[in-house]
Amino acid sequence: METLETLFIENLNKTYKAENGDVQALKNVNLTIKPGEFVTFVGASGCGKSTLLRLIAGLEIDFSGDIKLGENRIKGPSINRGMVFQEARLFPWLTAEENIAFGLVNEKLSPQEKKKIVDEHIELVSLSGFAKSYPHQLSGGMQQRVSIARALVNYPKILLLDEPFGALDALTRLQMQQEFLRIWETEKTTVLLVTHDVDEAIYLADRVVVLSSRPGTISKIINVNVSRPRDRSSEAFSEIKREIYKVIFKDDSQLLDYYI
Amino acid sequence: MNTIKSYNPRAIIFWIVALAHKTILNKLWLIKVLPPLLLIIAWETASQLGYLKPLILPAPSAILKAAYYQLKSGELIHHIGISLYRITKGYAVGAGLGLLLGLLIGIFKRFDQATTLLLEFLRPIPLFAWLPLIILWLGISETTKTTIIAIGCFWPVLLNVIAGVKTVDKKYLEVALILEKNRYQTLTKVVLPSALPSIFTGLRIGMGMAWGAVVAAEVIASTSGIGFLLMYSREMWQPDITFVGTFAIGIIGLIIERIFNFIEDHLIKWNKSNKSSNRKGRLK
Repeated sequence: METLETLFIENLNKTYKAENGDVQALKNVNLTIKPGEFVTFVGASGCGKSTLLRLIAGLEIDFSGDIKLGENRIKGPSINRGMVFQEARLFPWLTAEENIAFGLVNEKLSPQEKKKIVDEHIELVSLSGFAKSYPHQLSGGMQQRVSIARALVNYPKILLLDEPFGALDALTRLQMQQEFLRIWETEKTTVLLVTHDVDEAIYLADRVVVLSSRPGTISKIINVNVSRPRDRSSEAFSEIKREIYKVIFKDDSQLLDYYI
Repeated sequence: MNTIKSYNPRAIIFWIVALAHKTILNKLWLIKVLPPLLLIIAWETASQLGYLKPLILPAPSAILKAAYYQLKSGELIHHIGISLYRITKGYAVGAGLGLLLGLLIGIFKRFDQATTLLLEFLRPIPLFAWLPLIILWLGISETTKTTIIAIGCFWPVLLNVIAGVKTVDKKYLEVALILEKNRYQTLTKVVLPSALPSIFTGLRIGMGMAWGAVVAAEVIASTSGIGFLLMYSREMWQPDITFVGTFAIGIIGLIIERIFNFIEDHLIKWNKSNKSSNRKGRLK
């Protein structure tokens, strides 16, 4: 396993060219994420949280400012940054294990070593017995487990997740959150997770980053100093939730009006 | 003990009807076979009663008899063999070119741009508009027929291959990008598998076109083959043989289609679920 590194985001600005002028998606984002930290990003849709993740992944490289992993500036995608999308994005023509092994194609490993790594990761996401199943034979939650395993086979330094549980039903989502914490504790990688579910953000994270909309800027960063496993109905949890809602709604005068 | 079970006759009739009902409705093949069977019975009856002129519409029994003699003499098989041979040649050329060109156009943007205008201009020309030119160049030869078949199956293969390669989901491409796959790996592991169902559709439609083209080409310009058999028997006033030829074309077309379905189902297992769910999901 490679050693984890700190992620530096400095003076990050991102503008999209649109038909009726430019749209600033991100403005002056500064953030330092420690190795092994679990950070979640919340904010209204259109606040640029997914854009931020895509920039860190290297899927878009047209931005100003700096994104550095340790000493290295991010110039494009790399297997040291794994990514999980809202849709599992599994290849329907490959079985679960073949999908996971797809992540390993470039590794100079013997077939036995590859098989061992794939098997370990199937075990890690609790899918033993489904290795030979095709994606259409799996439930939404199971597909997302395969997707997480595929992102983890290269032992990335950072795992990026863009609303990974957003398309799942409420109960499966709670279960996946628990499962994911277990996976994170086993793999000990740095995790950046985007969500619009405030509960989810608090339940999972060491730090919650609240983003405001248009242009996307960091409104507040909140430390979640609550020991895991966390009780969603505890006083400390509710306190943090209140704090986050206050930040989100202060941002939007319309919503505030509605509340008064 | 000599108790004789007494049966209620009504109950017996009920059970017979129920059993017949159950067997018929549960046997899919019976539902499929019944309509053509009834049609043939009606046709035969009408012929036997003298309602149909044998020179216009021969009775099924007469057609069957003709089929028997045609098979026995080996003439039908001979003509079918010639037609299938022509198809094989024409299809190999046409579908092969369509596949190759389709892949090049789908994969290389420059190639796509360079060929767009040419293909847009050539595509609307109907297959048989080429025939006079081809006969002018090649005469009434084997190559003429091969060329017509090749043109016939070229277009559906080409268009479906292009569509398959071009419509690969961008989301899949992003996954390949993130996992640092190079162009070649992305092509072989993502683009081509995802295009496979579409490519296969092209190959199947192309085969249908080829089969149609060979018959038409033989009707117009040939002294052998199943199409020739149709025309010749008509000129000889042997409508029963014309019917044998026509039905043979249908049966062979059906067999070819089945073969393609079989290959497709086994080659593209992951796509099967979509299909079978469509079949099941049909409204009753």
